[in-house]
Amino acid sequence: MKRPPVLARAVARSLVPFGGERAAALVPHARLAGPMPWVIAIMVALTVIAGAGGLALSNLAHTARSELSGAATVQVVEPLKVERDRQTRAAEAALSGLPEVASLRVVPDDELNALLDPWLGSEGDEAVPVPALIDVELRGPANAERLTALRRALGPVAPAARVDAQSSWLGPVFTAISSLQWLAIALVVLLALTSAAAVWLAARSALGGNRGTIEIVHLLGGTDAQIARIFQRSVGFDAAAGGAVGLALGMAAVLVLGRQFAALGSGMVAGGGLAAIDWVLIAAIPLVGVVIAMFTARLTVLGALRRML
Amino acid sequence: MTGDSAEVVTFDNVGLRYGTDREILSDISFTLHPGGFYFLTGASGAGKTSMLKLLYLAQRPSRGAIRMFGTDVITLPRDRLPAFRRRLGVVFQDFRLVPHLSAFDNVALPLRVSGVRESELRKPVSDMLDWVGLTHRAEARPATLSGGEQQRVAIARAVIGRPDMLVADEPTGNVDPDMALKLLRLFEALNRLGTTVVVATHDVHLLRKVPDSLIMRLDKGRLSDPTGALRFPPRREPPRVQALA
Repeated sequence: MKRPPVLARAVARSLVPFGGERAAALVPHARLAGPMPWVIAIMVALTVIAGAGGLALSNLAHTARSELSGAATVQVVEPLKVERDRQTRAAEAALSGLPEVASLRVVPDDELNALLDPWLGSEGDEAVPVPALIDVELRGPANAERLTALRRALGPVAPAARVDAQSSWLGPVFTAISSLQWLAIALVVLLALTSAAAVWLAARSALGGNRGTIEIVHLLGGTDAQIARIFQRSVGFDAAAGGAVGLALGMAAVLVLGRQFAALGSGMVAGGGLAAIDWVLIAAIPLVGVVIAMFTARLTVLGALRRML
Repeated sequence: MTGDSAEVVTFDNVGLRYGTDREILSDISFTLHPGGFYFLTGASGAGKTSMLKLLYLAQRPSRGAIRMFGTDVITLPRDRLPAFRRRLGVVFQDFRLVPHLSAFDNVALPLRVSGVRESELRKPVSDMLDWVGLTHRAEARPATLSGGEQQRVAIARAVIGRPDMLVADEPTGNVDPDMALKLLRLFEALNRLGTTVVVATHDVHLLRKVPDSLIMRLDKGRLSDPTGALRFPPRREPPRVQALA
């Protein structure tokens, strides 16, 4: 009888990794994939939008704070125009001589009227006395000490003048921005958890669908790590494909939203653009998604395999 | 607990029950020696498949001790079991071929799991398929193979890694007498190279075809030992199966 050649020599046995295309073929890809790439694409797109929103808000708050931290507004609240103009000129002269003041600008009446026209109409400018405004740029933050120095200088020459730090005007806005930032962070975390849950469900479903194959590999001496690697690889491909699509969708949405906000022409919103580093962070979102998906798949598969002998 | 041992497997007072049911196997004690050829017989429901599951490490017993290759496998951490499983070849009664892999890839699976490189496994797998007469079906999926062909693929997969112990559950149940004899000769060839062979079968004719084999008979979960060869500890000179004839 002819002896099969394989019996003539022993085959080396070891616990080296079982991987690559051949290992991946053990689990039919279609069964594992299903809607997974699309779920991940949607999650990544939403995460990109939420992340970009959070970063834009952070930039906006940072820009506004740095611009306003050394700024103060002087209002001359005097109903008589002649007296208001006199006190404004006196205040301008007094402030110009102060060492705390870096620069100042009396806001022209035309500019003030243009700001108020939408609410008061063009005739309202004459009927309603509007305070005169002086924008003051300080040499340093608008703290209580500097504001007191301004008030002391203005008291004798412009008794109708009121001095405020510009940042205090926008305090509630900063609080709102901060809340939105936390909301964006919470959304990103929730989306990451939801993605992990989706991968967990998909991995469990794939495990159930391939239980027979897994048992065979297990009984042939396949280690838990080898079997987990097969699923990890498959989930990794799904997550990478979904992540790429999600990133493209999310970035398109961010660009459209960015253009629309830029069209508002608001100086404050203009400070909320995305810097190069922000785009790098956004581009990293799908990579983080792939890592989370593969890690979740690994933990899920290892947990299920531990229930086997 | 690991050491050199003259025994491949030792069962000492092993019992197995599923859940709170009665014991499927009770008070099983025997020793399998290197190079031994053993038949496991018994009626349906006698516990043959359960005993094979203990042998190929798919199940832990409810009580008793099992030593394999000199190691207590009952208390062994599960992450060390794969190394023992790679020393075994198993032919399942229901074949358990991977349905979406070709015959070639099914036979190659143990080698791939063991980390054999693709360049090194093509020839042995092709040779093995040739030997079981399935070269022309190498790319066929199990669903397109007949029962006998599937069984031959399952056997080829079990022996491809030249295991230290081959455990086969009704390995000739679906093949014609000529192929059954051929497969039995393959088991004998493996056995002569030192592989311990355990074959569970209903087929009493098969027993006579391997004259140097020993018999374990299971009856309602208890091992009877018609040849007296499997006692624990075993006799020095076990009587051969011819004594039964």
